[in-house]
Amino acid sequence: MKFGVLRFPGTCDEVDAQLACERVAGAEILWHGDRDLKGVDAIVVPGGFSYGDYLRVGAIARFSPLMESVIDFAREGGPVLGICNGFQILCEAGLLPGALLPNRTLRFVCRQVDLRVERTDTPFTNACEQGELLSIPAKHTTGCWYAPKQLHEQVEANGQVLLRYADGQNFNGSLADVAGVCNEAGNVFGLMPHPEHAVDPLTGSTDGLKLFASIRDSLAAHV
Amino acid sequence: MSDATVPAHRVLGLTDAEYDLILDKLGREPNAVELSMFSLMWSEHCAYKHSKKLLGQLPTEGPYLLMGPGENAGAVDVGDGLAIAFKVESHNHPSAVEPFQGAATGVGGILRDIFAVGARPIAVLDSLRFGEPTGTRSRYLLEHAVGGIGHYGNSIGVPTVGGEIYFEPAYEQNCLVNAMALGIAPHDRLTRAAATGPGNVLVLFGALTGRDGIGGASVLASAELDEDDADKRPTVQIGDPFAEKKLLECSLELLDSDLLVSLQDLGAAGLTSSSSEMASKGGLGLDIHVDRVPLREPGMEPFEIMVSESQERMLCVVEPSKVDAVLAVCEKWETTATAIGEVTDSGHLRVLQGGEVVGDMPVPALVDDCPLYDLAPEKPATPTYPTAPRALKAADDDLQATLPELLGSANIASRRPVFEQYDWIVQSRTVRRPEEADAAVLTLPDGSAIAVSIDCSGRRVAADPYRGTVEAVFECAANLACTGAEPLGLTNCLNFGNPEKPHVAWQLTESVRGMADACRALDTPVVGGNVSLYNESGGGPIYPTPVVGLVGRLPEAARAGRLGFAQAGDAIAVIRAASPSLPASELAKLRGDALPDGLPQQDTGALRAAIELVRDAVRRGDVRSAHDVAEGGLAVALSETALAGGLGASIDLTQVGGSTCQSKPLDEQLFGEAPGTFIVSGSRELLASLKAPKGVALAVSIVGEVGGDTLSIAHTGGTLSWTLDELRTPRERGLGDLLDDATRLDD
Repeated sequence: MKFGVLRFPGTCDEVDAQLACERVAGAEILWHGDRDLKGVDAIVVPGGFSYGDYLRVGAIARFSPLMESVIDFAREGGPVLGICNGFQILCEAGLLPGALLPNRTLRFVCRQVDLRVERTDTPFTNACEQGELLSIPAKHTTGCWYAPKQLHEQVEANGQVLLRYADGQNFNGSLADVAGVCNEAGNVFGLMPHPEHAVDPLTGSTDGLKLFASIRDSLAAHV
Repeated sequence: MSDATVPAHRVLGLTDAEYDLILDKLGREPNAVELSMFSLMWSEHCAYKHSKKLLGQLPTEGPYLLMGPGENAGAVDVGDGLAIAFKVESHNHPSAVEPFQGAATGVGGILRDIFAVGARPIAVLDSLRFGEPTGTRSRYLLEHAVGGIGHYGNSIGVPTVGGEIYFEPAYEQNCLVNAMALGIAPHDRLTRAAATGPGNVLVLFGALTGRDGIGGASVLASAELDEDDADKRPTVQIGDPFAEKKLLECSLELLDSDLLVSLQDLGAAGLTSSSSEMASKGGLGLDIHVDRVPLREPGMEPFEIMVSESQERMLCVVEPSKVDAVLAVCEKWETTATAIGEVTDSGHLRVLQGGEVVGDMPVPALVDDCPLYDLAPEKPATPTYPTAPRALKAADDDLQATLPELLGSANIASRRPVFEQYDWIVQSRTVRRPEEADAAVLTLPDGSAIAVSIDCSGRRVAADPYRGTVEAVFECAANLACTGAEPLGLTNCLNFGNPEKPHVAWQLTESVRGMADACRALDTPVVGGNVSLYNESGGGPIYPTPVVGLVGRLPEAARAGRLGFAQAGDAIAVIRAASPSLPASELAKLRGDALPDGLPQQDTGALRAAIELVRDAVRRGDVRSAHDVAEGGLAVALSETALAGGLGASIDLTQVGGSTCQSKPLDEQLFGEAPGTFIVSGSRELLASLKAPKGVALAVSIVGEVGGDTLSIAHTGGTLSWTLDELRTPRERGLGDLLDDATRLDD
């Protein structure tokens, strides 16, 4: 199988994401101005500052030609993983519920955090154990997940929260410690922490690899 | 230029003698365009006129050197066909005037230097100096400079992997913001800045040219700061990391596609210095059509276009047949690109507007003919710096209370509240994160790694400019050794006061002599650097601050050393090449002691032997932790090692070797400072096998064992003991409390 990793002007973590994907499958960078997804089986929208994030995080990238194809791909059930800026873009695109607000401290924070796995019956977490803590770094200024009360209740009732910050580690002020949510259909998932930076014991933990392996395994199971 | 009573050249910072020399070189009076260009190229910032003669002493040859001083950045060979380019540069005066943008554009500028030589930036480090954090202005400068560095580095996707911060009263009015960057390139992509091939086309690409930063380098960087600094705010440039990210990717794609003859970034003095330096290096001339330069605002004068310091711009030389391809790559990256001139064989830099020549100067006159000045150094008869009042609450004989207080003091407390504002993991190379090891470690594709450290204790250089500078170089080498790395090359940023004053001239002269001797003692060349003078205000000069950035290599990334204790039951050894002393130490400062007149002389042979012993032990895997003893002495270093590993230790101070150690007072043994001291831990057998080379005055002593959750230090008169929590709390809170305070002030 092959992952497609999006690159917008201002994307920073696309090569890291590509390297992480290549540990479990093939991977190719896709350019924002193209519409062709080149037959990839899953999409990763990586972190960074697409278009400088100047208007509002993710607000401009959401309208790029490539994103139009990604939105179609997601609507057809293709797996899409959004990391950090990718999560923000997917929220802007309406593919994921809620919005990302500035961190409680209003500062950029780079920190290794523990994430509790809430569900394992999903294409993104099937390689994890229920309740397992994943050690993955987070780094962002705008990562406080928020949804209005009714939407939040819906998201919780549907079991769309796949990862939460472990007790005492929710540094950005996210509602209900939400670190990552999926859409109702369960094929689009976004999280603020960076699993692509947790794939090699040399540079940190390897817990992030489980998310990429989950995507590969879920696709293999459907073939 | 409006004041009719003062000649224009003096307003622009040129002396009468320098102006006469310009008349001589041109054979006529310069017009306004030419005069403004000369004033920049002959400024201290561009011409190094008070430092160039001294810098000739620095060794610039080494076995790994690929590109030395004179290019945008130096470069060393790291094997496997790869090169590491690196450089440190100051952005002091802009940061003192507007700390957020000043620091941000400092990062932007040094990154452009790196990709101008064809290297992809892979790491940033920062060296910061502020006044005492008890002052609200210092906390404001800290908060905003850190914010600016993070804003730029994080947004462009280059990790900030290390740095240092010191607070001293001498930086109260004149903070220092030095940024260092490293980049990686295949050898054959390394690019020089020489313009070659008459008829080739000059292409300017990147941001539009505006009126921002006009005269920034000459106005801000080449004179002392004064009370009217707020008026200078318009001379500070505004950074746009998104524009630079595109510029970076665009530049590297142009080089990878083999479309460029040469490449140069636009920094201080803008188009004037970038173009004249390219022409000078190629021994050729250039014609620049200012009316072709894309402008941010209409009606800019030719001189404004030539001296604008608008950020995020690059200049390249392209063969005529490749211009269309270059413009296409720039369009892909949404980067404006315009052919603005040609390489000529005239040897002149000509500025044209609408086909009319509005400036015409011989390139050598602009670049090489600025007079170089001899300094008039004189050791001051009286202390240059006032003694700060006592800040330490603990009584001199209360060593139990002294250690936690030292750990919470501004210069020693954990830097976590600062480095957590930086992305240190992007690009997936960071093997050792901040506070995991004494130097940052970045892995290379072949499984080896580079280590990098930046350091300088200005207080010790102020006490003894020669020996303090030697110590700064050895300190960086010691940091590298603790990760297992051997130095390949050094970059420096010489931050000093006004060199026209004899005591500052003496500091500068002695410091450069120390830098040269230390580099020779370590067989490490200087690959490039930067000089920042006139760092003073009404309160006097800053501490002389020759910031050292050292890059080294270790054969196996997986074996990179860590600083924290690793395993209960491990033995602890102290390796010591010099006896600790309190004068000029962190404790002496907090106690309100005056700076001494001179530091103890060190045996550089023993220092080097200690460094090599540690480095080789780390490389062999004989030690599980290695940490260099620096500010705060042995007791602080033991605390750091214990806290990093989450493991206590029991130490018998009477076992610490070294000829004169035991005869010293207890506070000096615990908190005294000296270069060449290390704490390592590992199995007792392997530590026992660590031996100093014959005939070298180096003590290696097993002094204790790792374990438990207290640090206890037995001495001849009893035992001092602290729980790890008693040490962790002040160390973790020291700086955070100050930063939170700054945020509150901002609200």
